[in-house]
Amino acid sequence: MEPLLSLQHLKKYYATQKAVDDISFDIEKGSIFGLLGPNGAGKTTLLRMITGIFYPDEGQILLDGKTFNPSEDISKIGYMPEERGLYKKMKIGEQALYLAQLKGLSKAEATEKIVYWFKKLEMESWWNKKVEDLSKGMSQKLQFVITVLHEPKLIILDEPFSGLDPLNANLIKDEIYGLAKKGSTIIFSTHRMEQVEEICDHIVLVNLGKKILDGTVADIKQMYKENIFAIETPQMEGITDNSIFSVVRKEGNKVLVKINEGHNSNQVLTHLIQGNHSIVAYNELLPSLNDIFIKLVESTHATARAFQNI
Amino acid sequence: MHKIWLIIQREYLTRVKNKRFLLVTFLMPLLIIGLIFGSAYLSTTGTEHRKIAVIDPNGFIKSSLKNTSQIEFEFPDKVDTSNYTSKGFTDILILPNFDSAKKTNYILRSKKSMGLMMQNSISDKINTAIEDQMLQDAGIRQNVLDSIHKASQYAELKAYEDKGNASKESSAGLAMGIGYASGFLIYITLFIYGTMVMRGVMEEKTNRIAEVIISSVKPFELMLGKIIGIGAVGLTQFVMWIILITSLTSVGMSMLPPDIQHQVTTLQQTNGQMGGAAGMAQASESAMRIYNMQHTIANANWPLIIGCFIFYFLGGYLFYSALFAAVGSVVNEDPQDAQSLMFPITMPIIFSYLITNMVTQNPNTPLAFWASIIPLSSPMVMMARIAYGVPSAVSYWELALSMIILIAGFLFTTWLSGKIYRTGILMYGKKVNWKTMIKWAFTKQF
Repeated sequence: MEPLLSLQHLKKYYATQKAVDDISFDIEKGSIFGLLGPNGAGKTTLLRMITGIFYPDEGQILLDGKTFNPSEDISKIGYMPEERGLYKKMKIGEQALYLAQLKGLSKAEATEKIVYWFKKLEMESWWNKKVEDLSKGMSQKLQFVITVLHEPKLIILDEPFSGLDPLNANLIKDEIYGLAKKGSTIIFSTHRMEQVEEICDHIVLVNLGKKILDGTVADIKQMYKENIFAIETPQMEGITDNSIFSVVRKEGNKVLVKINEGHNSNQVLTHLIQGNHSIVAYNELLPSLNDIFIKLVESTHATARAFQNI
Repeated sequence: MHKIWLIIQREYLTRVKNKRFLLVTFLMPLLIIGLIFGSAYLSTTGTEHRKIAVIDPNGFIKSSLKNTSQIEFEFPDKVDTSNYTSKGFTDILILPNFDSAKKTNYILRSKKSMGLMMQNSISDKINTAIEDQMLQDAGIRQNVLDSIHKASQYAELKAYEDKGNASKESSAGLAMGIGYASGFLIYITLFIYGTMVMRGVMEEKTNRIAEVIISSVKPFELMLGKIIGIGAVGLTQFVMWIILITSLTSVGMSMLPPDIQHQVTTLQQTNGQMGGAAGMAQASESAMRIYNMQHTIANANWPLIIGCFIFYFLGGYLFYSALFAAVGSVVNEDPQDAQSLMFPITMPIIFSYLITNMVTQNPNTPLAFWASIIPLSSPMVMMARIAYGVPSAVSYWELALSMIILIAGFLFTTWLSGKIYRTGILMYGKKVNWKTMIKWAFTKQF
């Protein structure tokens, strides 16, 4: 399938550092894409280039196969920044209307869509309230509605679930799935790996301005698997290191083993059956994205880069 | 362009619909008019009452010291500095024997110190009495003196300015008043609306809404929309003030006693003459005063003054508000930072105001000329000079030059601030000074 968004060799250098240093990747239409990275990795700069706030120093961005033109394509993008922003003293209805009109909707269209979304997310009673009267979670919901109101092809959500209770988080999550199903492409930027595993089809991990990981969640887990298997059995004592595998640790009624180089999982099973162990369950343990993230980022001392100078 | 219009609308409507705006717009003219009438009323009907004992060995002073509503003179015997209070006097005035050959002092002792105005009026009266006495001693008769006094009251300096063949009455007093008032108004509004722009920008930055909006419009459009929207608020306020003040004044005029109103109309019809000296006497003093005021005010070139005022208000506002917006965009949460960054902007405004005060008295010094050309000060200073008349005090080319430079000036500050703004508005947690801001303006950022 043709990608909706294609970044090609993007570079953005500030006076003292390379915020984005030659990053390329494609995002497929209708996919939910995770952009991961530690603080200060260059995610925000990357997102600001995709939203047309910054221009790249080098490289190019293709949207729908054509060179990205901020002043025209901006209406095809919905961006929800990490730090939420709304006018505190402005009435919610007027505010949503204003921001939707800035995205290029006519007043009538905008009103119709706001009414639709407010009804859908049970926010009808908010119209004449002010943002300062809303709780953090409520304003989060409002921000989400404002982001997706103009039906953008590309929706960029920076930490969309922070501050939401599980109920509202699920509500938003369902909406995200719904939007993706309808053909919107979603870029999802977060530090919360369990959410990424759950939601994203495809991820890219950036660190120190460079891309260090790119692929589907399943592929990446396969790539970083360590051949560790969990064996659930009532006779744990009998399982010890041998030529086929070594025991990593024991957890409850499970034994975690690491298969030695040159052997495969069936050989483990054969070995156990021959040893007359009764096996209740046997499965491979894939690393969590969290583990992969920590493993890849920890060695680079990325935290020192959190201070940006321009 | 459509998006800028949306931003202007929002900035304008949220402020105009605000209760505080309505309150200021309607109360300000009432306050100003109230202050003018109130102070006029208070100055005529002072509540202080003085009863002064006069010790006068000369005798000729008595006829000159007439009682007024505030001062009561008495010439008692057996009153001196030790007992005037117990006899019910507030002050005692001790006059020596006057000798025309040398200067002598007279003494006023009071329980409560006397105001300067009242002291001056007493000493004027005494000096006139002495002068009259000397003139009489020199052989001038009383009735001659009286007629001289009367005649001198109707003489008045009328200055005319020559414009080719025609000459026009000029009034330095009015020019000073207009110049001062418009300079002051521009000074105040630059501060009010400039800081309003700054606070608006700071609000957008600290609320983080800037990032949301900037993903829809260009930073420059957001800044310009805010500046224009708030400028329109200022203009609205001025127009409302002008309407309110003129209608309140005409209401005030209609509340005058009918005979005075009649006299004023007659004066207007006869162009200030009421059939010679006899007619003058018919017009009461207050009618005369009102007529003179109207006459002088009508003499000023109001369309030019109002037109220039609006131009210089807008020009000055655009010039400075762009800079205020730049400051707002670099400030983080701390308002203290704003204070120190504002300093280089507020200094020239305050200096210009001080120069304006000087220029209202001397509109044609080199300082006045240069200050009315340089866009930092021209909005205030040029207004003070224009009040003296175009082209008599300010030639057309000077006015044109000043206007062109002001337009160039605000285009420059808007461009400069736009550069600073687009960097500052998305930058958090960094303390910025003017040096960095200028660096941003002149280096490529994004």
